[in-house]
Amino acid sequence: MRRLGHFERVIVIWLVVSAIAMTLVAIFLTPILPPGNGGAEASSQRFDNEVLTLVSTLVCALIFVYFGYVLIVFRQRRATDGDGPPIRGHARAQLVWVVTTTVTVLFLAAFGTYELLGGAGGGQGAKPVFKSFSSDQLVSAKDPPLQVQVIAQQWQFTYRYVSNGGFESAQFVLPANRQVELHVTSLDVIHSFWIPSLGVKADANPGFDNIAYLTPTKVGNVRIQCAELCGLFHGYMFDTGRIVSPSAFAAFVKSQSQFVSPVTKYLPSFSGKYLPDPAFRAG
Amino acid sequence: MSVAPGQQQNPHAGRPLWRRLLGFHFGTGIVLGIGGFYLGWYGGHWIVNGLNPASLGYFGDTGQNDISLFLAYILGVIGFLVGLGFANYPLARLRGYPPSLREKEEHTGIGRFFTLNTDHKVVGMQYFVGIGLFFFIAGLNAMLIRFELLRPEPNVWPAGNYLTLVTEHGTMMMGMMTSGILGPFANYLVPLMIGARRMAFPRIEALTFWLLMAAGVILLSGYFYGGIPTGWTGYQPLNDQANMGMDAYIVFFALVGLSMCLLGLNMLATVITMRAPGMTWTRLPMFVWGVISTAVLMLLAPPVLISVLTMSGFDRTIQTGFFVPAQGGTSYLFENLFWFFGHPEVYILALPGFGIVLELLPVFARKPLWGYRLAVAGFLGVSLLSWMVWQHHIFVSGINSDLRPFYMLSTELISIPTGFTFLCAMGTLWRGQIRYRVPMLFCLGWVFNFLFGGLSGIFLSDVPSDVDSHGSFFSMAHFHYTIMGGLIFAFFAGVYYWLPKMTGFMLNERLGKIHFWMMFVAFNSTFGPLFALGFMGMARRDVTYPSNLQPLNDWVSASAFVLGISMLVFLFNLVYSQLFARVPAGANPWESKSLEFQLPSPVPVHDFDRIPVITGDPYGYGEEGSVVARPSPVPVPAGGGA
Repeated sequence: MRRLGHFERVIVIWLVVSAIAMTLVAIFLTPILPPGNGGAEASSQRFDNEVLTLVSTLVCALIFVYFGYVLIVFRQRRATDGDGPPIRGHARAQLVWVVTTTVTVLFLAAFGTYELLGGAGGGQGAKPVFKSFSSDQLVSAKDPPLQVQVIAQQWQFTYRYVSNGGFESAQFVLPANRQVELHVTSLDVIHSFWIPSLGVKADANPGFDNIAYLTPTKVGNVRIQCAELCGLFHGYMFDTGRIVSPSAFAAFVKSQSQFVSPVTKYLPSFSGKYLPDPAFRAG
Repeated sequence: MSVAPGQQQNPHAGRPLWRRLLGFHFGTGIVLGIGGFYLGWYGGHWIVNGLNPASLGYFGDTGQNDISLFLAYILGVIGFLVGLGFANYPLARLRGYPPSLREKEEHTGIGRFFTLNTDHKVVGMQYFVGIGLFFFIAGLNAMLIRFELLRPEPNVWPAGNYLTLVTEHGTMMMGMMTSGILGPFANYLVPLMIGARRMAFPRIEALTFWLLMAAGVILLSGYFYGGIPTGWTGYQPLNDQANMGMDAYIVFFALVGLSMCLLGLNMLATVITMRAPGMTWTRLPMFVWGVISTAVLMLLAPPVLISVLTMSGFDRTIQTGFFVPAQGGTSYLFENLFWFFGHPEVYILALPGFGIVLELLPVFARKPLWGYRLAVAGFLGVSLLSWMVWQHHIFVSGINSDLRPFYMLSTELISIPTGFTFLCAMGTLWRGQIRYRVPMLFCLGWVFNFLFGGLSGIFLSDVPSDVDSHGSFFSMAHFHYTIMGGLIFAFFAGVYYWLPKMTGFMLNERLGKIHFWMMFVAFNSTFGPLFALGFMGMARRDVTYPSNLQPLNDWVSASAFVLGISMLVFLFNLVYSQLFARVPAGANPWESKSLEFQLPSPVPVHDFDRIPVITGDPYGYGEEGSVVARPSPVPVPAGGGA
């Protein structure tokens, strides 16, 4: 077998390194990528991250191997060595690069759009288009999405259980395996409702209803965090939510709505946004 | 009195000190600036107290008198500029005096750096020191932020002070470092690289510098007026709610926007109209192409910023309702307008770095730039596409979800022209004779860092992935890798490469290598773990965080302190080599074939004895007998004379 030229050597080393790196990444790194598997949206986002990580590993390997090779092999060895060869370009190399990068990028954009169609999209505004198709199997015909409103203010989240009588609570409790339609709004400045382990983030804008879909699948506690700087105690605006079994959720609804019932009748009727009346600035 | 070679005798020598102090310079600027500030402050009080007390009048004696502060800042800046002498030439022309560039010859010695000087080299050095000063101040803020984050519970700073630190760090860096390469390097080098003796608009050039200095002081005054709670993005409606310090932010960014706009204008006019004979577009150095692609963005994006800041200012003072939902406004207007500027802004930060790296790699690989036209296409492609991607900053804000796939695609597409820069860097090194001098090390550091910065950008451009990473430390790590790992490393490459040309003295090689390795390792150690922290759910701008993240935060903080020390190593190198060791650089210490290295170091006041005729591009390494220019046989007027 003839000796490989420099370029062939680089390609071979790159392919070997990529194969090893991508295998290691696929085994050790991808299972712990965020957001984890706590919900249907979170799972598809985690898969999306997995694909991105594998492609990035391939690209990183190329750059590291190429530069590692070139910086060692083509270094100046004696101070009296002259200049290098006057190579100003190579049309075929440029064409291959342009085509390969374009194809890769278009693939990633198409894949991301496909995942977005699966509902992995967080806050989608007042007229959401992409719903959680991937969780359709969890939604039976007689179970419309559970409507829960998240009302953010400085520096606290309040939750309004619209589908269960419209009572408000400071506790975020959801039943597992049921699609939830979150309506996120704010009373004063911009906040953001973020549950890292469930893959949902929706900005809370004053005077606006931001809809996001959520389908938790695992029972347990989740951390809720405000993700948009909202003033002095933004760092303290976090919460612990609970994903519980459907029966435990029913029990929660019953006891909470009873507990707050003296106040519920004074609440304004459900609306996507609550503006102060009379109008005044910043809540 | 002894005079440095190439400098002229100071025409003011021999005049008594009090007569020299009576002119238009920095000192006069300070005096008139302070005068203007108090005129605006008390004038504002007088106006507000005279208004109908039921509407705005009650602000008069409260701690929320934004009208007074805005007027104070604006009149202060005007006083400062008048004191420096910026009104003199327009007034002289109005009175019928002929055009002239007298300011260039009037001052020599150290005093010329404290005046309105029309010598582009002086403006470049002024920028270098001025921006360096604010870079260090903002960097100190970063050290204080990391000090706070050593423990999850509040440590040193109350919540409000912490947010002000975060805002000041971000805003100062974003405002100052946009001119971080174009200011010092482009002002100094672009005329030299294209064969001209000056920029197209020398007084505007000086104005951009002094505006930036006034702006920096104004931003720092925000500490004394109640702090700034919004972060560098200044989102409404929190902006409206904030204390008077917010006005400092608004005025700072408006002045920075104006400075950027004028700087971009100057660069474009210079490169388009003042190239020497024979300097065709395909012979332009890559650094100049970087400047062009940046200057287009600098010219067109800041007006949007200035308009959104003006609207914010009106909301805060005269109670308009642009961004107040209860009055019919919307926070989305701010987000969209801000990011329409904000995205080109970050490419203004990144593109000059590309230009420096592609300019330096041929010199240290001893080969021509590989793929010149592809590289230019890459720069221009990035410049063009950067206008079409801004909504990726607000994917989860509740924008129309039909738009998100389009902006995902456009953002992913930007990685293609960015990749051209990488390809050309790779091709330039192939079969080279690579010399590992300090500027080369910083260029290679750029390649490493920008790889991670760019790849993390791919993650963030993907909407499903962005849902989790937006507003977390992952996005912080991404932009610090691209801006600090990219721009700042390229900045230092430029410093080590071009400072010998500017001052005539080399920077110490060994100290430079210590600086590089310390900075490179500490930088990656500081910002690498932030990717992990973001993935673990730590949000940005939080003074507190989940306590299980403390070990990683402590590691990051310790690394950040080492990064800060590496900057001190650079400062030591700078002072030691420029003031004490003073090893002469000679005209061409790097054996570069570029035009600016055919001139003596430091460059004489008049730049070229004779405007050269350009015969090739500056990358003729390995090509027998190739020179970038030859002296012209007859004197050639430099693109417009003077």
